[in-house]
Amino acid sequence: MGKEEQPLKKKLRYSTIELMACAASRILEDEKSVFVGTGLPIVAAVLAQKTHAPNLLIVFESGGIGPHVPTLPISVGDSRTFHRAVMASSMDYVMSTAQLGFVDYGFLGAAQIDMFGNLNTTVIGSHERPTVRLPGSGGANDCGSLCWRTIIIMQQSRHRFVQKVDFLTTPGHLSGGDARDRAGLPSDTGPYRVVTQLGVMGFDERTKRMRLISVHPDVTVEDVRENTGFELVIPENVATTRPPTKKELIVLRAEIDPAGIVLGTR
Amino acid sequence: MDSLEESTGELLAWHDPDEQRRWILENKPRSLKDKRMSVKEAVSRFLQNGNYIAMGGFGHVRVSMIAIYEIIRQRKRNLTMAAKTGVHDLDVLVASGCVDKIDNAYCCGHELRGLSPASRRAVESGRAKVAAEISNAGFQWRFKAAAMGLPFIPTRVMLGSDTFRHSSAKIIRDPFSGKPICLLPACYPDVAFIHVHRCDKYGNCQIDGAIMEDFELSRASRRLIITTEKIIDEGRIRRAPWRTNIPFYLVDAVVEAPHGSHPGNMPYMYYFDEEHMTEWLNLSKTDEGVRQYFGKYVYSVKSFDEYLRLIGGDKRLRHLRKLEFLEVPLVAPWARRNNL
Repeated sequence: MGKEEQPLKKKLRYSTIELMACAASRILEDEKSVFVGTGLPIVAAVLAQKTHAPNLLIVFESGGIGPHVPTLPISVGDSRTFHRAVMASSMDYVMSTAQLGFVDYGFLGAAQIDMFGNLNTTVIGSHERPTVRLPGSGGANDCGSLCWRTIIIMQQSRHRFVQKVDFLTTPGHLSGGDARDRAGLPSDTGPYRVVTQLGVMGFDERTKRMRLISVHPDVTVEDVRENTGFELVIPENVATTRPPTKKELIVLRAEIDPAGIVLGTR
Repeated sequence: MDSLEESTGELLAWHDPDEQRRWILENKPRSLKDKRMSVKEAVSRFLQNGNYIAMGGFGHVRVSMIAIYEIIRQRKRNLTMAAKTGVHDLDVLVASGCVDKIDNAYCCGHELRGLSPASRRAVESGRAKVAAEISNAGFQWRFKAAAMGLPFIPTRVMLGSDTFRHSSAKIIRDPFSGKPICLLPACYPDVAFIHVHRCDKYGNCQIDGAIMEDFELSRASRRLIITTEKIIDEGRIRRAPWRTNIPFYLVDAVVEAPHGSHPGNMPYMYYFDEEHMTEWLNLSKTDEGVRQYFGKYVYSVKSFDEYLRLIGGDKRLRHLRKLEFLEVPLVAPWARRNNL
């Protein structure tokens, strides 16, 4: 680690969203491909590109492949998503490519999640007469079905981390174990990490139940437990998330989202 | 072959492939014909109340707003819409009362701008009904099945989900791999509206940038209205035939419409008009605001040129062009209320 990447403890102020962007970005590996939506996922992916993963291949559902994203796109299909790309293709092309196995990571957000990483972005309440109508799958079901590893970024609370999602929009590990395989979904795929304002979670290899990996600085395991509406697997050793480095914060604020569209105005 | 699992969503816009072939034989001439007409004529001739419609582009990117405003102006009713990433297009068509049934992959949202107050209110109050759910990939593969003249297409999405259970798909055991596989029914919209960068008077079209689902949708749709930034000579099409994304025989009408995607993004030409989008998102928080918006920008406007003057004319349009080419920074008035 270079000197400029040392976390500067006290003096370095950062927001929770900046911390989440950094935590998500570090999950991405160099020379892999990632399917991104707009908002925090694209922020995290571009941050990875500008720090530890310069050869990360970014793919957008509407057809953009390998763009040099110049500013934050407002839509996953706008012109920024294929700016100086290697290919401006089609949704059929990109989705078929994902079905074929070329897309390593997929980023998703959700209104609700359960212990197996099943996601709801369709309705709160009943489908017939919803209390809140949310957009629906969009490309989420495709991303969660076809990418090798899915990363979920969302807020954590008892209303959102629930025993049973109101609507299972996007398959996580379904009922756990080998349920995805039995349903016919591509083998060895599914939710891999969940990044929230409190910590980072993964999934037990065998049962596929959600498992705490790290808590963010100044967050306790108890805080995480209190904000989870199901029984979270808590291992003996829970790490503390590494805070953002100065370099990460500079890239986030000055290069990726200077207008504070996703990260908030400072 | 027996199905492993059935779904409960309404099957919309499906035809037996032989019925579709017959319809094409009888209704789609293969002759080169000048198809230029006004947007008013195109909408009144080809769109009937009760039709199933689809918009090309991507919700607010390369969407035919000129056609959408005309549909609203002609007060078409009981339309069903393919919400294949339905963003601003779907929001205004639902808010205006033209669309009351949604075949949904993505609705009631404005992507990074947040949820759409008007269409969300319509669905939550029951004024508009979501008839079925599907995923984005699923939707365009329904168009692909239609474009191939097939009754369905197999996919590995939607398995195990409520998105499947509320769709019109079926799950069977794949006779080759022995694994469960999802079969998506073809989708043949009655009318599609696609905005393109340029085309000739016969409807041979060129699209710059990502083509989204328009390669499939243009073939799946029974009637196809093209609105275009510019009409060009047939010679230009023939000098670069590899650039043709949509050939003339699919097209029923050609409407010349510079800036026809405003306030949407037209790649390599103009970016989103975020101030206009913000005006809509603020006004559409109430039914009164929705009436005010359509009164100002649609019902009292006689032509698209008049609309363009109303939104700020040449000065505004020049600014949107600069935004597209990254020459000026983006100001998004809605940014502050957004966090995740």
